[in-house]
Amino acid sequence: MERSGLLKSSRILLVLSGVLLLFIVKVPIWQIELNAPQYPEGLALQIHADGIKGDVEIINGLNHYIGMKTLHNEDFFEFTALPYLIGVFAVIFILSAAINKKPALLFSLSSFVLFGIVAMIDFWRWEYNYGHDLNPDAAIKVPGMAYQPPLIGYKQLLNFGAYSIPDIGGWLFIAVGVIVLSITVIELRRK
Amino acid sequence: MKKLTNLLLIISIITVTFLSACKPKNLNNAVSGDAAAKAYVAPGKYDEYYNFVSGGFSGQMSVYGLPSGRLLRVIPVFSVDPEKGYGYSEETKPMLNTSHGIVPWDDLHHPELSQTNGEIDGRWIFGNANNTPRVARIDLKTFRTSEIIELPNSAGNHSSPFITENTEYVIAGTRFSVPGDDENGDVPISTYKKNFKGYISFISVGKEDGKMDIAFQLQCPGINFDLSHAGKGKSHGWFFFSCYNTEQANTLLEVNASQRDKDFIMAVNWKKAEEYLKAGKGRKQAVKYAHNYYNETTHTAVSEIRNEVTILDTKELKDICYFIPCPKSPHGCDVDPTGEYIVGSGKLAALIPVFSFDKIQKAIADKAYEGEYDGIPVIKYDAALYGEVKKPGLGPLHTEFDGKGNAYTSFFVSSEVVKWNIKDLKVLDRVPTFYSVGHLCIPGGDSRKPSPKYLIAYNKITKDRYLPTGPELAQSAQLYDISGDKMQLILDFPTIGEPHYAQAVAADVIKNNSVKFFKIDENANKYVSKGEGTTKVVREGNKVHIYMTAIRSHFSPDNIEGVRLGDEVYFHVTNLEQDWDVPHGFAVKGAVNAELLIMPGETQTLKWTPDRVGMFPMYCTDFCSALHQEMQGYLRVSPAGSNVPLTFSTGTNMPKEEAATK
Repeated sequence: MERSGLLKSSRILLVLSGVLLLFIVKVPIWQIELNAPQYPEGLALQIHADGIKGDVEIINGLNHYIGMKTLHNEDFFEFTALPYLIGVFAVIFILSAAINKKPALLFSLSSFVLFGIVAMIDFWRWEYNYGHDLNPDAAIKVPGMAYQPPLIGYKQLLNFGAYSIPDIGGWLFIAVGVIVLSITVIELRRK
Repeated sequence: MKKLTNLLLIISIITVTFLSACKPKNLNNAVSGDAAAKAYVAPGKYDEYYNFVSGGFSGQMSVYGLPSGRLLRVIPVFSVDPEKGYGYSEETKPMLNTSHGIVPWDDLHHPELSQTNGEIDGRWIFGNANNTPRVARIDLKTFRTSEIIELPNSAGNHSSPFITENTEYVIAGTRFSVPGDDENGDVPISTYKKNFKGYISFISVGKEDGKMDIAFQLQCPGINFDLSHAGKGKSHGWFFFSCYNTEQANTLLEVNASQRDKDFIMAVNWKKAEEYLKAGKGRKQAVKYAHNYYNETTHTAVSEIRNEVTILDTKELKDICYFIPCPKSPHGCDVDPTGEYIVGSGKLAALIPVFSFDKIQKAIADKAYEGEYDGIPVIKYDAALYGEVKKPGLGPLHTEFDGKGNAYTSFFVSSEVVKWNIKDLKVLDRVPTFYSVGHLCIPGGDSRKPSPKYLIAYNKITKDRYLPTGPELAQSAQLYDISGDKMQLILDFPTIGEPHYAQAVAADVIKNNSVKFFKIDENANKYVSKGEGTTKVVREGNKVHIYMTAIRSHFSPDNIEGVRLGDEVYFHVTNLEQDWDVPHGFAVKGAVNAELLIMPGETQTLKWTPDRVGMFPMYCTDFCSALHQEMQGYLRVSPAGSNVPLTFSTGTNMPKEEAATK
């Protein structure tokens, strides 16, 4: 008779993944580093679940030259929803360990991956809007130039080099994805 | 005959060759090959030490990096500085207030870094005003003057501002003896011996905030107090002063004050003085002196006049002061890192006496006195003397220490630095200076823990050392590497004003505490504008207060109308930036004072009185951004009694036709 339950190790890892997710609420998820000749020490934006931290005021001050909108946490509904959403996933993971059924595991993985994709699309959409929605009265206007930072990786924007990479929270997020994916693969191949 | 001619020819050739070989080598040869590499600090790299150098008659203090000799900053202290608005802005004017009113200049001779347990702690540096006696405290978080205290009963505040090993006190001795401030000073000058007294001020320093207060003054015989240093380690609790003019001459001192073979080092037991003070033996004296304090939260200085000091009379109160004979009008008075040896340097002497703290204590216990001078016991020379450095050079002035048992003394007359061993009093090495050296500095060289890598000599004369610049030439410093047995000259660098004493400390002790900007939220200036939304122009009678902000790259407001002739205008400019190294400047045409230079998060005020009807441009003077040149505005001045309404704006005051299309 075929057992429909999960391995004990899979269930422990699921609970662990849920706990790891809770940590993400407290640490920066993503960071955009900016470097320019007159900023040798670099400027950084750190995106947390509940808001943007780092040199926000300085970057806002600089961006008015190119007519970019200033960054304000209250403009992003995401920063209200994100801590709860992460909490929901932690609950889903722990619950599926308790339910101890493959369909629950599959649901956890697919909803988590879907969430990751939607989050990155949303992030790209914000970057696009900030990079393209420029004040026509801006002091510096370079024809054809947009200031959209890279989703991930490096891009030169006028005198600033922008370097966008996951921060601790982002790496944790990826780690959780890899763990849950591995569990799922192992469980599906197990007869 | 021909033989004789040949012989003569040969003799004369030999003579000429020999004589020219005898001519001293060009002194420039003193620089050896690897000197440049030792003083080289690559572009973009930090120096290893901060060097704080007195500006002498410039009244300021300069900061250099070592070993490069690069000038990092000039800190305005006792003289106005229009470049920084110091002494011109309404906020900084009170810093230069004295009982004589605002004094815009002074003569700063000696910087002294604060210490804890005899080691430099990097919190503050003190400086003395020689002419109108004052002591300043500079905060090394901001490299700005925080506090200035005036000294009553004083004239020529020269033996100052030396400190005790936990910065308990900053000491200031009067160079000129004078009648006390509460006495009638309208007496014949020739009554010096009867009416003139010397005063030494003990200024207490707040442990946390550094705030200065005159704890007490010692009333001493009417002679000249020249330099001083605190005891340290075993001699903590004592202070040593060099004294000259024990002849009590009041005219032609170069002759009349050089009569006695020996003047004095005065040893002061300040712990004893504290006991007398506690026991209520002090006399309250009515005086008048200014205390000025710059508050970093309100960004405003406040000056108050204080009216009382406590005097301890050292003639009546025994066991505070003792005189030790010291040859030839002593100048430098330096205490070695162990606190045992006190080096006195007679300006015209050809030897250096070294006194022993232990022997001084024993002499006092044994009452080994040769007599009294104006009520103060004079210890026998031999009873206090450890030994003499014989034939070190001519005209010893100042001594610094390396903490390895060696002393380095400057010689003004023979223009050289001489290294000698304290224990056996033997000369170890000598190097020339260019020329006529005054003070010396080794990092921590007057503390308990010197850092003996470099020695800097501060010279009075430069003559042919630099490109000529007319009759007035650069003053200079010279850097020597003293890490080996032999001193090696590695760099010359010009200084501001005339350098006297200096201090140096490892960069790490100070650099990480540097403030980068002031937090705008904490700005408590009475006239701050914390955002462009709060800027305004307010008329109070004929006073017009302009609450203005500066941020890259505009002022708000930048169009102001309705000011009238006869008005007094106050520009209160707040720099809204919250990032390092983004000051804004503010200048307005026809200002008879100076500009403002406003640090991020700070508010400064310029008073301006229009002298004519017309249009007055104003602009930012500190190149702040690519659009710095656009950072400008206009102020319109109308005739007295005009009914032009008071208006102000930024970005909205458009020509009527353009405004309609917007």
